[in-house]
Amino acid sequence: MFAKGPSHSTALGPGCAGPPLANPQNFGQAGPGAHEHGSHQPSCGAAPFAVDASMLRSAGSQPHKHTQSPYVTGSSVLGITYAGGVMLASDTLASYGSTKRYKSVQRLVKVNETTVLGAGGEISDLQYILNMLDDLSTEDYCADDGQSLSSQELYSYLSRVMYNRRNKMDPLWNSLLIAGLESGKPFLGSVNMIGVAFSDDHLATGFGSHLARPLFRKKHRPDMSEEEATALIREALEVCYYRDKQSINKFQIAKVTTAGGVSISDAFALPTKWEYQAFVDPTRDAVGVW
Amino acid sequence: MTELSGDWCGMQAPETGTTIVAVSYDKVFLLRSGSAADTQLVSDYVRYYAEQHAIGLEQPPSVKTIANLVKQMNYQNKQMLLGAMIIAGWDREAGGQVYGCPIGGTLLEEPWTTDGSGSTYIWGFLDHAFRDNMSRSEAEELVIASISLAMARDGSSGGVVRLITISKDGAERRLVKGDEVLEAIFLFLVA
Repeated sequence: MFAKGPSHSTALGPGCAGPPLANPQNFGQAGPGAHEHGSHQPSCGAAPFAVDASMLRSAGSQPHKHTQSPYVTGSSVLGITYAGGVMLASDTLASYGSTKRYKSVQRLVKVNETTVLGAGGEISDLQYILNMLDDLSTEDYCADDGQSLSSQELYSYLSRVMYNRRNKMDPLWNSLLIAGLESGKPFLGSVNMIGVAFSDDHLATGFGSHLARPLFRKKHRPDMSEEEATALIREALEVCYYRDKQSINKFQIAKVTTAGGVSISDAFALPTKWEYQAFVDPTRDAVGVW
Repeated sequence: MTELSGDWCGMQAPETGTTIVAVSYDKVFLLRSGSAADTQLVSDYVRYYAEQHAIGLEQPPSVKTIANLVKQMNYQNKQMLLGAMIIAGWDREAGGQVYGCPIGGTLLEEPWTTDGSGSTYIWGFLDHAFRDNMSRSEAEELVIASISLAMARDGSSGGVVRLITISKDGAERRLVKGDEVLEAIFLFLVA
């Protein structure tokens, strides 16, 4: 009776809890107005509530979910490919509106031996997605045939999930970067909450798409060394920290390389520079103001 | 929640303007803030499911399991619920733990946390005053002082401080009445 976790309703598509059939058959019903198994219709006319929200969807009734608003959110994720690998970076903050609420949240997560997922947006939806991907990995493990989902496959899967939820007007409120090795070649893809998906040599979500990508466009080369890539990412992170209010000076970098597989660094801080004369003395010519 | 080398754990989870609800076997507590109706409902369901689960496990569920139950309710019914809750407790596997379950259905484990309307006034204080590996009495004094400070400024908080300290020996309750609250702040600051 409790919510079953991310089931994959073949009727409603991936990422939705729901009945296996589009028009579920309710056996043993006395009639259209009869009490339906699992649903709780208050006589006062209020919206029904059930622990497992999928139980409210009976034949003919509309789902009660609708477009939400995010509460606990992560900010930018940056990604670049380089010679022999791909790198993702983000800070470790989850904000609650403009409050910097949770400062040790790992928003870059290893999915399997070849793929890392980075997410901005609502953290509860990220946790739900990770649960779903865990289910997929478990299925692979149980099949025990040496196959696991590649980055490209995970990217395609997630783009279907996100687009499907968008069509239900019940999005997973995230911007995702999927990074990994696809047949030994670096792969980097982006999927957002409305299901827009594309892949490229360098990508960023949130503020990063405005602040970091111009730097990437200028300095990125697909045959960069790991040192050059790290330096470029650190420069981009610094800019994001200066200019994005919902960020903190605590970052992680995740790498997927042909040599070393997946690794996610410990959190680190970047040096920042505040001695610019314009900061020290921004109002030199205005009397009585600092 | 500070876990010490002994088995004390302070319930480092002050939450203002709320009552505390025992969930399971006197070792896990749920703190409620936000919509009272929503959080009462969630706590009733979580207690029900935890008790059912304990029958199957033949032992109390872990703190993390109960926190996950709260999260599942918050997440699956995200449209309708507006409750922020904290799960704090002690179990044999991981000792003292604190889990934040904010609105929306996120679940995050933390060394300490605070929530509710009065929490905004004391985050800075707690950031400043929290230390790892505090003793039991230090932890209790910190929590009482924090709530007292929040009560001093938040219109929606007041009355008494209900403190519960949970360790391997169970939970001990302590009540600090409104008129003793100023003294608690003073004692903390000069200690």
